[in-house]
Amino acid sequence: MTTLGKQRSHILEKSLSKGKLEVNLGTYALLFSEIVQYCQNRVYTVPELHSKLSAMGQQVGIRILDILFLREKGYKRETKLLNMLLFIQTVLWKALIISIFECSFVTLCSLIKDYIIEQEPLVNKFISVPEETGSLNCAAFIGGIIEAVLNGCNFPAKVTTHWHKGTTFLIKFDESVILRDKQVEGR
Amino acid sequence: MFDLNEMVMAQEVLVMPPYSGELFTLTYGALVSQLLKDYENDAEVNKQLDKMGYNIGIRLIEDFLARSNAGRCNDFRETADAIAKVGFKMFLGIVPVVTNWSASGDEFSLLLENNPLTDFVELPEGHSSLNYSNILCGVLRGALEMVEMEVAVWFVQDQLKGDNLTEIRLKFIKRL
Repeated sequence: MTTLGKQRSHILEKSLSKGKLEVNLGTYALLFSEIVQYCQNRVYTVPELHSKLSAMGQQVGIRILDILFLREKGYKRETKLLNMLLFIQTVLWKALIISIFECSFVTLCSLIKDYIIEQEPLVNKFISVPEETGSLNCAAFIGGIIEAVLNGCNFPAKVTTHWHKGTTFLIKFDESVILRDKQVEGR
Repeated sequence: MFDLNEMVMAQEVLVMPPYSGELFTLTYGALVSQLLKDYENDAEVNKQLDKMGYNIGIRLIEDFLARSNAGRCNDFRETADAIAKVGFKMFLGIVPVVTNWSASGDEFSLLLENNPLTDFVELPEGHSSLNYSNILCGVLRGALEMVEMEVAVWFVQDQLKGDNLTEIRLKFIKRL
Protein backbone atom coordinates (compact mmCIF):
# COMPACT_ATOMS: atom_id res chain seq x y z
CA MET A 1 0.00 0.00 0.00
CA THR A 2 2.03 2.93 -1.19
CA THR A 3 0.27 6.21 -1.42
CA LEU A 4 1.71 9.14 -3.25
CA GLY A 5 4.54 10.79 -1.40
CA LYS A 6 4.69 8.10 1.22
CA GLN A 7 7.38 5.55 0.76
CA ARG A 8 7.12 2.81 3.27
CA SER A 9 10.57 1.38 3.83
CA HIS A 10 10.72 -2.32 4.32
CA ILE A 11 11.67 -3.41 7.79
CA LEU A 12 14.41 -5.66 6.50
CA GLU A 13 16.09 -2.72 4.87
CA LYS A 14 16.65 -1.04 8.18
CA SER A 15 19.64 -2.00 10.24
CA LEU A 16 19.04 -3.92 13.40
CA SER A 17 18.96 -1.75 16.45
CA LYS A 18 21.89 -2.04 18.78
CA GLY A 19 19.71 -2.78 21.73
CA LYS A 20 20.91 0.26 23.56
CA LEU A 21 17.43 1.42 24.29
CA GLU A 22 16.44 1.32 27.89
CA VAL A 23 13.08 1.95 29.36
CA ASN A 24 12.12 2.73 32.87
CA LEU A 25 11.34 -0.22 35.03
CA GLY A 26 8.10 1.37 36.10
CA THR A 27 7.00 1.60 32.50
CA TYR A 28 7.53 -2.07 32.01
CA ALA A 29 5.87 -2.95 35.28
CA LEU A 30 2.77 -0.98 34.38
CA LEU A 31 2.57 -2.44 30.90
CA PHE A 32 2.96 -5.90 32.29
CA SER A 33 0.32 -5.32 34.90
CA GLU A 34 -2.09 -4.30 32.15
CA ILE A 35 -1.27 -7.46 30.26
CA VAL A 36 -1.91 -9.62 33.29
CA GLN A 37 -5.18 -7.86 33.99
CA TYR A 38 -6.26 -8.20 30.40
CA CYS A 39 -5.53 -11.91 30.40
CA GLN A 40 -7.23 -12.32 33.73
CA ASN A 41 -10.42 -10.81 32.44
CA ARG A 42 -10.60 -13.36 29.68
CA VAL A 43 -10.08 -16.57 31.60
CA TYR A 44 -11.75 -18.41 34.46
CA THR A 45 -9.05 -20.51 36.04
CA VAL A 46 -5.45 -20.13 37.04
CA PRO A 47 -4.15 -22.79 34.62
CA GLU A 48 -5.94 -20.99 31.82
CA LEU A 49 -4.32 -17.76 32.87
CA HIS A 50 -0.98 -19.48 32.91
CA SER A 51 -1.37 -20.82 29.43
CA LYS A 52 -2.51 -17.46 28.17
CA LEU A 53 0.47 -15.70 29.66
CA SER A 54 2.73 -18.41 28.45
CA ALA A 55 1.36 -18.04 24.94
CA MET A 56 2.22 -14.36 25.01
CA GLY A 57 5.63 -15.14 26.41
CA GLN A 58 6.22 -17.43 23.47
CA GLN A 59 5.52 -14.59 21.09
CA VAL A 60 8.31 -12.70 22.77
CA GLY A 61 10.57 -15.73 23.02
CA ILE A 62 10.70 -16.59 19.36
CA ARG A 63 11.62 -13.04 18.54
CA ILE A 64 14.18 -12.44 21.23
CA LEU A 65 15.88 -15.68 20.26
CA ASP A 66 16.89 -14.34 16.89
CA ILE A 67 18.22 -11.09 18.26
CA LEU A 68 20.25 -12.77 20.95
CA PHE A 69 21.88 -15.32 18.69
CA LEU A 70 22.58 -12.75 16.07
CA ARG A 71 24.15 -10.30 18.40
CA GLU A 72 25.73 -12.39 21.12
CA LYS A 73 26.70 -15.54 19.36
CA GLY A 74 27.66 -14.39 15.90
CA TYR A 75 24.82 -16.27 14.20
CA LYS A 76 25.86 -19.60 15.67
CA ARG A 77 23.20 -21.71 17.26
CA GLU A 78 23.76 -24.10 20.10
CA THR A 79 23.47 -27.77 19.30
CA LYS A 80 24.28 -29.33 22.62
CA LEU A 81 21.77 -29.47 25.38
CA LEU A 82 24.12 -28.35 28.09
CA ASN A 83 25.32 -25.36 26.09
CA MET A 84 21.75 -24.46 25.32
CA LEU A 85 20.92 -24.43 28.98
CA LEU A 86 23.97 -22.35 29.67
CA PHE A 87 22.81 -19.96 27.02
CA ILE A 88 19.49 -19.64 28.78
CA GLN A 89 21.18 -19.26 32.12
CA THR A 90 23.50 -16.51 31.02
CA VAL A 91 22.50 -14.65 27.89
CA LEU A 92 18.76 -15.04 27.98
CA TRP A 93 18.58 -14.54 31.70
CA LYS A 94 20.50 -11.35 31.44
CA ALA A 95 18.07 -10.16 28.85
CA LEU A 96 15.15 -11.06 31.05
CA ILE A 97 16.31 -9.84 34.42
CA ILE A 98 14.08 -6.88 34.44
CA SER A 99 10.99 -8.75 33.60
CA ILE A 100 11.47 -11.40 36.22
CA PHE A 101 12.10 -8.89 38.80
CA GLU A 102 9.41 -6.47 37.86
CA CYS A 103 6.80 -8.96 38.88
CA SER A 104 8.06 -9.04 42.42
CA PHE A 105 8.27 -5.29 42.23
CA VAL A 106 11.05 -3.26 43.64
CA THR A 107 11.70 -5.11 46.88
CA LEU A 108 13.51 -8.12 45.52
CA CYS A 109 15.86 -6.66 43.01
CA SER A 110 18.99 -7.33 45.03
CA LEU A 111 18.08 -10.98 45.24
CA ILE A 112 17.78 -11.46 41.55
CA LYS A 113 21.46 -12.07 41.07
CA ASP A 114 21.28 -15.09 43.35
CA TYR A 115 19.05 -17.17 41.19
CA ILE A 116 19.75 -20.84 41.33
CA ILE A 117 19.88 -23.27 38.51
CA GLU A 118 19.67 -26.79 39.70
CA GLN A 119 20.58 -29.34 37.19
CA GLU A 120 19.11 -32.73 37.56
CA PRO A 121 19.75 -35.66 35.27
CA LEU A 122 18.94 -34.63 31.79
CA VAL A 123 15.21 -35.15 31.89
CA ASN A 124 14.32 -32.48 34.41
CA LYS A 125 15.97 -29.18 34.80
CA PHE A 126 14.99 -26.66 37.36
CA ILE A 127 15.66 -23.03 36.99
CA SER A 128 14.55 -21.13 39.97
CA VAL A 129 14.57 -17.62 41.21
CA PRO A 130 14.40 -16.77 44.87
CA GLU A 131 11.06 -16.29 46.46
CA GLU A 132 8.87 -13.77 44.79
CA THR A 133 6.20 -11.85 46.47
CA GLY A 134 4.28 -11.44 43.27
CA SER A 135 2.05 -14.11 41.93
CA LEU A 136 3.51 -16.65 39.59
CA ASN A 137 1.53 -15.22 36.72
CA CYS A 138 4.51 -13.27 35.62
CA ALA A 139 6.67 -16.30 35.72
CA ALA A 140 4.39 -18.15 33.39
CA PHE A 141 5.13 -15.44 30.88
CA ILE A 142 8.82 -16.05 31.32
CA GLY A 143 8.16 -19.76 31.09
CA GLY A 144 6.63 -19.10 27.72
CA ILE A 145 9.71 -17.22 26.61
CA ILE A 146 11.96 -20.06 27.68
CA GLU A 147 9.76 -22.58 25.94
CA ALA A 148 9.80 -20.64 22.70
CA VAL A 149 13.55 -20.21 22.85
CA LEU A 150 14.08 -23.92 23.37
CA ASN A 151 11.65 -24.89 20.68
CA GLY A 152 13.16 -22.37 18.34
CA CYS A 153 16.54 -24.01 18.74
CA ASN A 154 15.06 -27.40 18.07
CA PHE A 155 15.02 -28.62 21.61
CA PRO A 156 11.33 -29.42 21.86
CA ALA A 157 10.30 -28.95 25.45
CA LYS A 158 7.37 -28.13 27.68
CA VAL A 159 7.95 -25.49 30.29
CA THR A 160 5.68 -25.31 33.28
CA THR A 161 5.90 -22.87 36.11
CA HIS A 162 5.63 -23.93 39.72
CA TRP A 163 6.10 -22.73 43.21
CA HIS A 164 9.10 -24.43 44.59
CA LYS A 165 11.64 -22.42 46.51
CA GLY A 166 10.25 -19.37 44.87
CA THR A 167 9.43 -19.79 41.25
CA THR A 168 10.63 -22.81 39.42
CA PHE A 169 10.43 -23.41 35.74
CA LEU A 170 10.18 -27.08 35.07
CA ILE A 171 11.55 -27.86 31.66
CA LYS A 172 10.54 -31.23 30.33
CA PHE A 173 12.37 -32.15 27.17
CA ASP A 174 11.05 -34.32 24.47
CA GLU A 175 12.65 -37.76 24.48
CA SER A 176 14.20 -37.15 21.10
CA VAL A 177 16.27 -34.34 22.58
CA ILE A 178 17.77 -36.56 25.22
CA LEU A 179 18.46 -39.32 22.71
CA ARG A 180 20.09 -36.96 20.28
CA ASP A 181 22.23 -35.41 22.95
CA LYS A 182 23.45 -38.82 24.05
CA GLN A 183 24.41 -39.61 20.48
CA VAL A 184 26.28 -36.34 20.14
CA GLU A 185 28.07 -36.92 23.42
CA GLY A 186 28.94 -40.48 22.46
CA ARG A 187 30.82 -39.44 19.38
CA MET B 1 4.81 4.07 47.57
CA PHE B 2 8.57 3.53 47.31
CA ASP B 3 11.04 4.01 50.07
CA LEU B 4 14.38 5.54 49.32
CA ASN B 5 16.38 2.35 49.50
CA GLU B 6 14.11 0.62 47.12
CA MET B 7 14.34 3.51 44.74
CA VAL B 8 18.10 3.46 44.76
CA MET B 9 18.07 -0.25 44.10
CA ALA B 10 15.59 0.21 41.35
CA GLN B 11 17.84 2.73 39.70
CA GLU B 12 20.81 0.42 39.88
CA VAL B 13 18.88 -2.22 38.09
CA LEU B 14 17.79 0.28 35.50
CA VAL B 15 21.27 1.04 34.38
CA MET B 16 22.31 -2.54 34.02
CA PRO B 17 20.40 -4.71 31.63
CA PRO B 18 21.04 -3.75 28.04
CA TYR B 19 18.06 -5.49 26.56
CA SER B 20 15.39 -4.19 28.75
CA GLY B 21 14.13 -1.90 26.05
CA GLU B 22 13.88 -4.70 23.58
CA LEU B 23 12.01 -6.89 25.96
CA PHE B 24 9.64 -4.01 26.46
CA THR B 25 9.17 -3.57 22.74
CA LEU B 26 8.56 -7.25 22.19
CA THR B 27 6.22 -7.54 25.13
CA TYR B 28 4.18 -4.69 23.79
CA GLY B 29 4.14 -6.35 20.41
CA ALA B 30 2.85 -9.56 21.93
CA LEU B 31 0.08 -7.58 23.57
CA VAL B 32 -0.98 -5.86 20.38
CA SER B 33 -0.98 -9.06 18.39
CA GLN B 34 -3.04 -10.74 21.07
CA LEU B 35 -5.53 -7.87 20.93
CA LEU B 36 -5.73 -8.19 17.18
CA LYS B 37 -6.61 -11.84 17.59
CA ASP B 38 -9.21 -11.15 20.24
CA TYR B 39 -11.03 -8.22 18.70
CA GLU B 40 -12.94 -7.91 15.50
CA ASN B 41 -11.48 -4.79 14.01
CA ASP B 42 -8.75 -2.23 14.29
CA ALA B 43 -10.99 0.40 15.80
CA GLU B 44 -11.77 -1.88 18.74
CA VAL B 45 -8.09 -2.58 19.22
CA ASN B 46 -7.32 1.14 19.19
CA LYS B 47 -9.97 1.64 21.84
CA GLN B 48 -8.65 -1.15 23.99
CA LEU B 49 -5.08 0.13 23.74
CA ASP B 50 -6.26 3.59 24.69
CA LYS B 51 -8.05 2.16 27.71
CA MET B 52 -4.98 0.27 28.84
CA GLY B 53 -2.88 3.35 28.34
CA TYR B 54 -5.31 5.35 30.43
CA ASN B 55 -5.00 2.81 33.26
CA ILE B 56 -1.25 3.05 33.01
CA GLY B 57 -1.30 6.84 32.87
CA ILE B 58 -3.29 7.35 36.02
CA ARG B 59 -0.73 5.30 37.92
CA LEU B 60 2.34 6.46 36.11
CA ILE B 61 1.81 10.08 37.04
CA GLU B 62 2.49 9.23 40.68
CA ASP B 63 5.85 7.85 39.78
CA PHE B 64 6.50 10.90 37.66
CA LEU B 65 5.70 13.36 40.44
CA ALA B 66 7.62 11.40 43.03
CA ARG B 67 10.80 11.28 40.99
CA SER B 68 10.86 14.44 38.99
CA ASN B 69 10.25 17.04 41.68
CA ALA B 70 8.33 18.89 39.04
CA GLY B 71 6.39 21.82 40.34
CA ARG B 72 3.08 23.02 39.14
CA CYS B 73 2.97 24.11 35.50
CA ASN B 74 1.78 27.65 34.96
CA ASP B 75 0.56 27.19 31.45
CA PHE B 76 0.09 24.57 28.80
CA ARG B 77 3.47 25.32 27.28
CA GLU B 78 5.21 24.34 30.47
CA THR B 79 3.12 21.22 30.57
CA ALA B 80 4.22 20.37 27.07
CA ASP B 81 7.87 20.75 28.03
CA ALA B 82 7.41 18.67 31.14
CA ILE B 83 5.78 15.91 29.13
CA ALA B 84 8.46 15.83 26.48
CA LYS B 85 11.64 16.56 28.40
CA VAL B 86 10.88 14.89 31.69
CA GLY B 87 8.06 12.43 31.17
CA PHE B 88 9.07 10.80 27.92
CA LYS B 89 12.71 10.87 28.95
CA MET B 90 11.99 9.22 32.24
CA PHE B 91 9.71 6.50 31.04
CA LEU B 92 10.72 5.76 27.48
CA GLY B 93 14.22 7.20 27.28
CA ILE B 94 13.43 9.48 24.36
CA VAL B 95 12.80 13.20 24.07
CA PRO B 96 10.17 14.14 21.52
CA VAL B 97 10.12 17.58 19.96
CA VAL B 98 7.34 19.92 20.98
CA THR B 99 6.08 21.87 18.02
CA ASN B 100 3.18 23.01 15.84
CA TRP B 101 1.50 25.16 18.45
CA SER B 102 -1.92 26.39 17.57
CA ALA B 103 -2.44 30.15 17.61
CA SER B 104 -4.41 30.03 20.83
CA GLY B 105 -1.75 27.94 22.54
CA ASP B 106 -4.02 25.10 23.52
CA GLU B 107 -2.83 22.55 21.00
CA PHE B 108 0.58 21.14 20.20
CA SER B 109 2.30 18.19 18.64
CA LEU B 110 4.91 15.81 19.91
CA LEU B 111 7.26 14.58 17.21
CA LEU B 112 8.93 11.25 17.81
CA GLU B 113 11.84 10.33 15.64
CA ASN B 114 12.24 6.85 16.92
CA ASN B 115 9.45 5.36 18.86
CA PRO B 116 10.66 2.55 21.12
CA LEU B 117 7.34 0.79 20.82
CA THR B 118 7.73 0.26 17.11
CA ASP B 119 11.20 -1.26 16.83
CA PHE B 120 10.96 -4.48 14.81
CA VAL B 121 7.41 -3.66 13.83
CA GLU B 122 5.84 -3.70 10.43
CA LEU B 123 2.15 -3.24 9.93
CA PRO B 124 0.71 -6.02 7.79
CA GLU B 125 -1.59 -5.23 4.90
CA GLY B 126 -5.15 -4.48 5.83
CA HIS B 127 -4.46 -2.80 9.13
CA SER B 128 -4.23 0.73 7.87
CA SER B 129 -6.54 2.05 10.56
CA LEU B 130 -4.65 0.46 13.41
CA ASN B 131 -2.81 2.94 15.59
CA TYR B 132 -0.14 0.63 16.82
CA SER B 133 1.16 2.92 19.51
CA ASN B 134 -2.24 4.11 20.60
CA ILE B 135 -1.40 3.18 24.16
CA LEU B 136 0.66 6.39 24.32
CA CYS B 137 -2.45 8.48 23.76
CA GLY B 138 -4.13 6.73 26.65
CA VAL B 139 -1.14 7.21 28.89
CA LEU B 140 -0.98 10.95 28.18
CA ARG B 141 -4.71 11.36 28.68
CA GLY B 142 -4.71 9.38 31.94
CA ALA B 143 -1.66 11.08 33.37
CA LEU B 144 -2.87 14.59 32.58
CA GLU B 145 -6.30 13.86 33.97
CA MET B 146 -4.68 13.11 37.31
CA VAL B 147 -3.16 16.58 37.32
CA GLU B 148 -6.53 18.12 36.61
CA MET B 149 -6.32 18.60 32.90
CA GLU B 150 -8.64 17.14 30.37
CA VAL B 151 -6.96 16.71 27.03
CA ALA B 152 -7.67 15.03 23.74
CA VAL B 153 -4.82 13.01 22.29
CA TRP B 154 -4.55 11.48 18.86
CA PHE B 155 -2.11 10.34 16.22
CA VAL B 156 -1.51 12.58 13.22
CA GLN B 157 1.38 10.76 11.60
CA ASP B 158 2.84 7.36 12.19
CA GLN B 159 6.14 6.03 10.91
CA LEU B 160 4.57 2.61 10.65
CA LYS B 161 2.27 4.00 8.02
CA GLY B 162 5.06 5.44 5.97
CA ASP B 163 5.32 8.91 7.45
CA ASN B 164 8.72 10.38 8.20
CA LEU B 165 7.92 11.03 11.80
CA THR B 166 5.47 9.94 14.39
CA GLU B 167 3.32 12.84 15.48
CA ILE B 168 1.04 12.87 18.47
CA ARG B 169 -1.31 15.81 18.86
CA LEU B 170 -2.55 17.06 22.22
CA LYS B 171 -5.42 19.46 22.68
CA PHE B 172 -6.26 21.09 25.96
CA ILE B 173 -9.97 20.87 26.66
CA LYS B 174 -10.57 22.08 30.17
CA ARG B 175 -9.32 22.22 33.69
CA LEU B 176 -11.01 19.63 35.85
